[in-house]
Amino acid sequence: MKTSTGEFQTIVLFGGLSEIGLAILDRCVTPATTTVVLACRNVDAGADVATALHNSKNCDVQVVYWDASHLKDHDRWVAQFMTDHGDIDLAVMAAGVLGDQDQCDADPNAVADVLLSNSAGPSVMLSAVAQQMRVQAHGRIVVLSSVAAIRMRAANATYGASKAGLDAFAQGLQERLHASGVELVIVRPGFVRGRMTQGLPPAPFSTTPEHVADAVWRSLQAAPAVVWVPGILRWVFAVLRILPSPIWRRVVK
Amino acid sequence: MSDVIVAGWGRTNPARSSLYECANQQSVELVISDVGERGALARGLGRSYGDAAQVSGGKLVGLTGRIISLDPTSGVVIVDAGVSIDELLRYIVPKGWFVPVTPGTRYVTIGGAIAADIHGKNHHRDGSIGAWIESLNLITAVDGFVTVSPASDPQLFWATIGGMGLTGVIMSARIKLIPIDTPLMEVTTQRHNNIDDLMEAMVSKDSDHRYSVAWVDTTVSGSRLGRGVVTWGDHASSERIRVGRGRRVRKYKASQRFSVPEFIGSRRTIRRWNAVAFSEFWFRSAPHSRADELQSIPKFFHPLDAVGNWNRLYGRRGFVQYQFVVPDDRPDVVVTALRCVARERPADFLNVLKRFGDAGDGMLSFPMRGWTLTMDLPVTDGLGQLIHHLDELVMEAGGRIYLAKDGCSSPQVVSAGYPRLNEWRSVRSRVDPDGIFQSDLSRRLEL
Repeated sequence: MKTSTGEFQTIVLFGGLSEIGLAILDRCVTPATTTVVLACRNVDAGADVATALHNSKNCDVQVVYWDASHLKDHDRWVAQFMTDHGDIDLAVMAAGVLGDQDQCDADPNAVADVLLSNSAGPSVMLSAVAQQMRVQAHGRIVVLSSVAAIRMRAANATYGASKAGLDAFAQGLQERLHASGVELVIVRPGFVRGRMTQGLPPAPFSTTPEHVADAVWRSLQAAPAVVWVPGILRWVFAVLRILPSPIWRRVVK
Repeated sequence: MSDVIVAGWGRTNPARSSLYECANQQSVELVISDVGERGALARGLGRSYGDAAQVSGGKLVGLTGRIISLDPTSGVVIVDAGVSIDELLRYIVPKGWFVPVTPGTRYVTIGGAIAADIHGKNHHRDGSIGAWIESLNLITAVDGFVTVSPASDPQLFWATIGGMGLTGVIMSARIKLIPIDTPLMEVTTQRHNNIDDLMEAMVSKDSDHRYSVAWVDTTVSGSRLGRGVVTWGDHASSERIRVGRGRRVRKYKASQRFSVPEFIGSRRTIRRWNAVAFSEFWFRSAPHSRADELQSIPKFFHPLDAVGNWNRLYGRRGFVQYQFVVPDDRPDVVVTALRCVARERPADFLNVLKRFGDAGDGMLSFPMRGWTLTMDLPVTDGLGQLIHHLDELVMEAGGRIYLAKDGCSSPQVVSAGYPRLNEWRSVRSRVDPDGIFQSDLSRRLEL
């Protein structure tokens, strides 16, 4: 359950190795937390992360195999979770890959991978989690989208499109969940300096996983529909999304 | 049936469930005959502060009721669980009777009062309400409608007293009332400049009075830490108020003067500065020492009820009413807790200190001999940390927190504080093996 002070007892992180996801856990796992589940593909790497998390937070941390691309398994995954741990109080959807645009251009299978990992997989899982939370009539969902979902760039067109798909699905889910007792927040960070973006030149208004985590924590105490990190990006993209394409191309060059 | 979103009085954790208004035994039985995985729970006036009276995704049973009978010689009243103490007082006070135990608000139902085993300012003398219940009618999951008394089924009876509604739906109760001569209270007030003096005064004078309670200031620290105002009271005798020609005054008037409108609830009105200002004012406006003041029952027992929906003043995020008790030999924990809170500087001005008498027989009853401190703390980002710290102090001292107020404690703190929890669990599994009766509280604390 969520406590009166806005803490969560049972937390599941989809994309259990995600740097931003783990920063969010660092912020959201409190003494009230009893169970944390890391859902990820690489269970071995997950075990190390779990041990570290257990040592720092002193709560039960488990790693459960989850592959975003196995679309037909998500339903069963949630059912198994319920049997093992009961209600999900907070679900963080942080699964995703950046993908390589050149490779995507050359190989349609690479596009399929990005779409499955960033869009289809997370969307199907969100749907399964939302259905469960609707039954339990409480719960919080955090969906990590991206500003890349707002306007497509040549440099990461496939990533942007996949996040746009997830973002749109999450918006629809938000509507479906209205007044159900379940709340979903969409988080749209800008360029996050971290493992995923290593070697890339940082964009303006770049941020860090810790800042994203802080913004997520604050959003869980209020209940906004969409959170931009940093907040100014809301206004920056209000302009950027309506820029004529020739100007847009020069801006993002 | 209607879909509702309800929260505790602290307004912290709204939960959606279906509400079934039940007028009689049959309709309650019908509701609990078909409960899904999400459980069912009776809900009264929603005055528990945390998540005790909600069951998200489940079925809430609302009860209406009436006062069935009052024996004018013995003072035993038979009353439906859905009747509030407010309604009961309006009926019994003019007839010369008073409830044996009342909390700080009269807007609680009899069912809720029994489920939380409420205590009042007279706990040091009269115990909690469980001690005054002769028998109660309960609808359990296994046996249906049963009448339980301490003699017929002590296990189930004392599991239901303070059992947070988790043993079944309390339908009605036989309660022993206390006789009063007049509807007035004779009040003695003393103001003390620090916590040690305050506690000493309570220890030395509590036994002289039926009612006793102290307001404590958490906005000051250092040598003034825990300064406060202690009030003692007794029901005034008719000789004392000298009514002409032996006539007895029995008028009872209790009204709500003002109600906080809904729009106020979107922002927090209670801030640090006005909490400090209020505390300063409250302390200074109290007399250093005053005896024999006459007060009405509402003024003495239910001052906050004069303002309707006052919980909205805490804004959208709500507040936590944190109440703990520590054994008599650990008054130091009260002082440490006050110091912690004073250091954190929350917007807190409503704090109540009280010395409990002996514990009752309820397995999950809160009161035990010792000191109980209650604080109204608005939810802010740092509150979770503060409360975990307080929880640890209480646990270490062998104390416990009050389930009817709780919304953020942990299973460990509760199982450490309630040594009879396992005994209670075995009764619960006897009368409700499938776990039909649940609450968000029971899920959170793994009761």
